[in-house]
Amino acid sequence: MSGTHNDHGHPHEHGHHHREPESTLSLRVRALESLLVEKKLVASDAVDRIVSAYEQDIGPHNGAKVVARAWVDPRYRERLLADGSAAIEELGFGGVDLQVVANAPGVHNLVVCTLCSCYPHALIGLPPVWYKSFEYRSRAVREPRVVLREFGVDLPETTEIRIWDSSAELRYLVLPERPTGTEQLGEAELAKLVTRDAMIGVALVKPPASAPR
Amino acid sequence: MEPVPSREIADMAGAAALPRKNGELVFDEAWQGRIFGMTVAMSHEASFEWREFQAQLIAEIAHAEREGESTSYYERWLHAFERLLADKGLLDAGALAERTRDFESGRRDDVF
Repeated sequence: MSGTHNDHGHPHEHGHHHREPESTLSLRVRALESLLVEKKLVASDAVDRIVSAYEQDIGPHNGAKVVARAWVDPRYRERLLADGSAAIEELGFGGVDLQVVANAPGVHNLVVCTLCSCYPHALIGLPPVWYKSFEYRSRAVREPRVVLREFGVDLPETTEIRIWDSSAELRYLVLPERPTGTEQLGEAELAKLVTRDAMIGVALVKPPASAPR
Repeated sequence: MEPVPSREIADMAGAAALPRKNGELVFDEAWQGRIFGMTVAMSHEASFEWREFQAQLIAEIAHAEREGESTSYYERWLHAFERLLADKGLLDAGALAERTRDFESGRRDDVF
């Protein structure tokens, strides 16, 4: 994603025109890194590790892996629903008392923390700002259907909505339904479809754009 | 050892909040990740306190907004980082300008 289009340049300059400032900045950052490395103020491999840690650990990658595994392996799914903490440890994630709640036809789960902002960080990273807001914390319980609609999830009136109130002792993760049209996808591809919001319960997992609906 | 993300950094609020999508950090260009990583690395090495950088970043964002600059978040970050390093006597503006020219002219291509 690059910057905004300018509308006063000649057409042939177009691509060039708005890529240029980026590459100037990129050169400057490389020059800066080279100077700092020379002065032994930073080490490039430490920078690599930091960037990757922040990219991986802050996002919902781990939770997405858990969900994808449960979709492809019915036995894992059983273990996950029976004892979330033990099942995520199998995949190398832990440090959290977890209960996984599964969406099913006619049943939708929604996670909230009415008291503060308890959240399964180890699996889905850091909570979004709205999760911590007083508005979400109070309205998710009082009028979940309306809140879900505002998030773009329009459930049939017959669907039961279950609210799970997280606490310091127990965190919840929603196991979303596997979207139709994904039968041919492998575990890694499935994991890419799973969003943070789906694991909180404010979104459904959508099939990949190319898949038939 | 894997560095563990710090809440102080990840949870910066207001104008200084890190750009995200789906909860993940967003680096639109590789250099944005580099400058982020360098800043965090130097705070780990105690070249400065994170809150010092954060204050500089907030000041830089406020300045850019006042001037109506259309610069990106990480461009402002870069300015704040350079200013902090200069204030700490860790970076010479002339040396950086010269090194940047070396990269621009292709005299240098590698960071090392």
